[in-house]
Amino acid sequence: MEHILARAKKVAGEAEIFEVSSEETQVRFEANRLKQLQTNQTTSVALRIIKDGRIGYATTTGTGDVQELVRNAVETAEFGTVARFQLPDTKEYPGVDIYDPAVESVSIKKMIGLGEEMIAAITGHTPGIMCEAGASRGVISVRIMNSRGGQAEYRKSFFSLDIEGNLIEETDMLFVGESESSCHPISDPKKVTDLVLRQLDLAKNRAKAPTRQLPVVFTPNGVGSALILPLMSALNGKMVLEGASPVGDKIGSKVFDKTFSLHDDPMVGYRPGSRPCDDEGVPSQRTPLIEKGVVKGFLYDLQTAALAGTRSTGNGSRNRGGLPAPAPSAFIVTPGKTTFDEMVKDIKEGLVVEQLMGAEQGNILGGDFSGNVLLGYKVESGKIVGRVKDTMVSGNIYKILKDIAAIGSETRWISSFLRTPPIYCKGLSVSSKG
Amino acid sequence: MPEIDAIAHSLAEQIKKPRADYLEARLEESQTSHITYRGQGLESIGRATASGGNVRALVKGGWGFTSFNDFDKVSDRIMLAVEQARSAGSGESKLAEVEPAVDEVPSGVTKNPVEIPLAEKKRLLDEYNKIIWSIPQIQTSTIGYSDSHKKVVFLNSEGSYITQERADVNLRLTAIAAKDGEVQQVGLSLGSRGDFVSIEGLHDKISEMARHAVELLSAPQAKGDEYTVVLDPILAGVFVHEAFGHLSESDFVYENDRLRDIMKLGKQFGAKDLNIVDSAAEPGLRGSYKYDDEGVRAVKTYLIREGKLVGRLHSRETAAKMKEKPTGNARAINYRYPPIVRMTNTYIEPGNMSFEDMIADIKEGIYAKNWYGGMTSMEMFTFSAGEAYMIRHGKIAEALRPVMLTGNVFSTLKNTDAIGNDLDMNQGGGCGKGGQSPLPVSNGSPHIRIQRCLVGGK
Repeated sequence: MEHILARAKKVAGEAEIFEVSSEETQVRFEANRLKQLQTNQTTSVALRIIKDGRIGYATTTGTGDVQELVRNAVETAEFGTVARFQLPDTKEYPGVDIYDPAVESVSIKKMIGLGEEMIAAITGHTPGIMCEAGASRGVISVRIMNSRGGQAEYRKSFFSLDIEGNLIEETDMLFVGESESSCHPISDPKKVTDLVLRQLDLAKNRAKAPTRQLPVVFTPNGVGSALILPLMSALNGKMVLEGASPVGDKIGSKVFDKTFSLHDDPMVGYRPGSRPCDDEGVPSQRTPLIEKGVVKGFLYDLQTAALAGTRSTGNGSRNRGGLPAPAPSAFIVTPGKTTFDEMVKDIKEGLVVEQLMGAEQGNILGGDFSGNVLLGYKVESGKIVGRVKDTMVSGNIYKILKDIAAIGSETRWISSFLRTPPIYCKGLSVSSKG
Repeated sequence: MPEIDAIAHSLAEQIKKPRADYLEARLEESQTSHITYRGQGLESIGRATASGGNVRALVKGGWGFTSFNDFDKVSDRIMLAVEQARSAGSGESKLAEVEPAVDEVPSGVTKNPVEIPLAEKKRLLDEYNKIIWSIPQIQTSTIGYSDSHKKVVFLNSEGSYITQERADVNLRLTAIAAKDGEVQQVGLSLGSRGDFVSIEGLHDKISEMARHAVELLSAPQAKGDEYTVVLDPILAGVFVHEAFGHLSESDFVYENDRLRDIMKLGKQFGAKDLNIVDSAAEPGLRGSYKYDDEGVRAVKTYLIREGKLVGRLHSRETAAKMKEKPTGNARAINYRYPPIVRMTNTYIEPGNMSFEDMIADIKEGIYAKNWYGGMTSMEMFTFSAGEAYMIRHGKIAEALRPVMLTGNVFSTLKNTDAIGNDLDMNQGGGCGKGGQSPLPVSNGSPHIRIQRCLVGGK
């Protein structure tokens, strides 16, 4: 790394190297049986330079040619964006626990055992169900180094379990599934399988949905599949800067219900979304975004923050090795006081949505979403009566999160990037073939 | 850059030694460039080079797969993959027989798009962005351009040794209009097998796209309900991909007895004039190739003929287990992934109805055009239109906000009651499955009409 930086410094005013290496091992089950063992090793290096005030950028894989890397970066700098920021000279970072050496020593045999246990739990409950499952473990190492003396280095372990079940009866197909991830090894798959068994129990009977406005409870998975993407886009500093965020000029204003609070937190211990610094070497921080319905802040990387006249929130993210752009590390919705059972009890006629398929295809910027209820249940007189099918749910997050019926008390991580309770919304447009 | 040819050469003999029931290696090197704009300014411009490889082994029906971009000790990687396969396997290895091939397939482009100077690419994109911004009420825009040139060497224990090159060009533009807190967007997406010319001369189309985004600000939203829907060739292509294409990928079917029952060849899925094809053998489309990532020669496969299920897409393993012929549909997005069963160029064959006749007797319906996205869960699927209009008394009427449509494979194909005469292929698509996205594919269709299609709305 040092030699790339030295070479880049010869041709550019400033330079930064970002290196990621990872090793991952997976066991995969298909059709209830062990199917494949897999390992992936990868190293990539990204070079960002500032030459004559402009940003140049190139990447290569582990053993790539350094000369070519520098040459490519120089070529792109000729047309690159004018750099408005200074690379950080930080060397000190907050302590965030994200590495557990026990992950690397989990044996393949143990991982196969976890997969078998998950499948046994599901197939034992519902004969005829076909499961795909997997256990995965790995370590990722990140190093950042720049010409202003900034330097960061960390190592993160991760472990995950996932299972998806598919039950076919004549031409009816039911999909259920869950996953869990951590920086610790996961030794008890029961938490994952219990959630799947609950889905199977609730989906056992069929129910009909009408075509009209109905109250809807989004489970944590439902919140993730329907409501989060528009919020991610609206709270992204880049969207705000461009004037494309509907809440961009609403700092300090109450846009959402007073029960709704959301923040970004990359410092929760042993979560795969956590890290001591972002992908530009800016120290991690907890960023309030929405507090009691009031818009409090947006997510920034260095360049966007400089253009907006503010400071980076440490949210510069290099998705797929591209240039840094603002992105959440982990969205955390503050839980409320109402239990899921109380929400259901409160509904005379409505839906519980667990998975909304295709909701991300709509006018995300405007807050619209619309999707097919892949997994969801009908509520009648305070009770879940069965699964609904061939049903669409549509809404706009700025309308439905402005006046929320209740926020749930039972919160959980549904991926590395989101921790949320269920959200009970008042009236959504439902269209159904029944 | 390590010479993948040299590494392949050194592996050729080693890989033929039978330490597993089957063994293969795939080595890859690629160059890419990209330019993105957000708003009036350029956001990112960059070049990347990458190389890497993988080894896959089959022992007693279990697979071992290892990918790497560090080329030291590749022989150890072979051992690792074999060991993994041994730990995974406890049954019987089955692979459809194919003739080993030794071949070199050039990319077919006269000019490698990656090597075109960035200045030249940027000049064109600047022109396009200027057009978008010349339309009043445009709030912002995004442009994403990328190209790639890739060389893949495939070799296996049966003696195949295939070098294939391919180039790819992809462009997506979005115009975003805003007024009084309302935000609307319209996108355009194109691609080609590496021919840069295919994305030139779009000035008028882009101007029309930006104008449409502004129009949508005042357009009403459809009422959520069932409608008679007419799809343009682009959206109908997405429809055939989501509604039926994924269900014909047999990796989902081959070990699932209940699904095999549903997907019995000969079963009626649609009307007599419905014919659906997947073919990587068509020349020059984004989903085209000569050999798939298992070294199997591509063929044209009828999935539905005269409304009946007549075929499906296979890897060597799914073909053997279902006792059907391999179709050459095992594809991997890059060396980090094992090949899985994927679509290539999927389309509905043209019928003979004109667009005018198709809408003539629709009293109230929706004409949905252009694509925004699509998804499937096999039985149920959604796909969303980039543009939509009401059809009233046989005529195209007012513009609507973009609509999302949903269907059920067992009823929606049967409800497709008219097939147009104007087949067109869309090259702008990318498909995602099993974490591998976006894989270059193309979709196409003539205009089609669907009765009782569920549309989301207010």
